[in-house]
Amino acid sequence: MDNEFTIDEQPVPFVPGQTILEAAKAAGYYIPHLCFQPDFKRHGGCKLCTVLVNGRTQTACTHKAAVGQEVDVNTPELNAMRRSLVQMLFIEGNHFCPACEKSGACQLQALGYEYEMMSPHFVELYPHREVDATHPDVMIDFNRCILCELCVRASRDVDHKEIFAVAGRGLDAKLIINSPTGKLGDSAFAVADRAAQVCPVGAIVIKRVGFATAIGDRPYDREPISAEAESCELPEVR
Amino acid sequence: MNAPGDEKVKIRLATTSLAGCFGCHMSFLDIDERIFELAEIAELDRSPLTDIKHFGPCDIALVEGGVCNAENVHVARELRASAKILVAVGACAINGGLPALRNRLDIDTILTRVYRDPITDQPCVPNSRELPLPLDKVYPLNEIVRVDYSLPGCPPSGDAIWKFLTDLILGRMPRLDHSLMRYD
Ligand code: SF4
Ligand code: SF4
Ligand code: FES
Repeated sequence: MDNEFTIDEQPVPFVPGQTILEAAKAAGYYIPHLCFQPDFKRHGGCKLCTVLVNGRTQTACTHKAAVGQEVDVNTPELNAMRRSLVQMLFIEGNHFCPACEKSGACQLQALGYEYEMMSPHFVELYPHREVDATHPDVMIDFNRCILCELCVRASRDVDHKEIFAVAGRGLDAKLIINSPTGKLGDSAFAVADRAAQVCPVGAIVIKRVGFATAIGDRPYDREPISAEAESCELPEVR
Repeated sequence: MNAPGDEKVKIRLATTSLAGCFGCHMSFLDIDERIFELAEIAELDRSPLTDIKHFGPCDIALVEGGVCNAENVHVARELRASAKILVAVGACAINGGLPALRNRLDIDTILTRVYRDPITDQPCVPNSRELPLPLDKVYPLNEIVRVDYSLPGCPPSGDAIWKFLTDLILGRMPRLDHSLMRYD
């Protein structure tokens, strides 16, 4: 019984210090997430990983696992909430998947599939956002940014460049770029940066490789995103 | 629901394309020989595949395309009033799709830029009474009429359409498993 808790009534072991999400991943149990990647500081922003811990909602990517916790993950209510979150992320930006080069490799879209999102349901906001193609190797399409701050964390904590930040609040929140003109082409950003690789959606895309893998043959075309749980290694504990 | 001795009453199915590309209708035809099975149990009402001019009472309506002009609004409303179950089929009906990429631009600017007299370079926007007026934006179908179900895909595959339609006809909650669920 030491260092064990339950997920949907199944026993799951953990290493002290691990979050519920990390322990679940290590045990091959899928908890959805968008703003979490094992290499970066926890953020707790997207709320996709919301679970019930002893009946209270918590974000599994930030909440530490503890002995005897009873965690609910895969319940109809939580899954319906996750679907609504994905729907809100869709209408808050401009997500036209048929015209997006990330389609099939996009985690937001894959979560839509996972939670049977048949439509975005809410009234479309159709915000006016720009595309920044000034950088020779990387393009940013702000229409598809979900403000997960993975690029912010990667650039700050791994690349040590602090190229990205989120400015503003609520619906006015937006990703900004640290350069004299605010354009990516005038920043110190490089295609080899970790921040160029982390975007879970089609916002930061590397030029000239977008269609190297044909649509229909991409990771989430082949397998649901929840299948990743079976192949995940134990993430490093921070 | 038929009285004994009655002819088997067929399901009435309507289909229409609003601001779409007819891709969803082409995909509908991709059900291939299953169309004979469908013809056994269903009869087409107004549809690009028939020459019926107005919708009659029907059980299921499949709508492709978003709503981009006054005629689309009219057709969508007539269909909503006629159909028991209305399905938004494909990306454009669901979120406006690629035609909605114009939503960030002002419609007047678009028209006066596109329609110009080549000699005088003055705007010459067509203004015939035959032409439906464009709307300020392209709207998803569910922002104009009530939509009962949505079937995503650009277009949804013939298999996805078949699964969805047969679920509906059999009175089941229409569901797509991972292999049929696509937004692109
Ligand atoms: S970023 Fe993802 S959800 Fe958005 S348009 Fe691209 S594939 Fe679709
Ligand atoms: S650009 Fe991509 S990685 Fe950066 S905040 Fe937006 S969605 Fe996240
Ligand atoms: S993954 Fe936990 S809040 Fe985003």
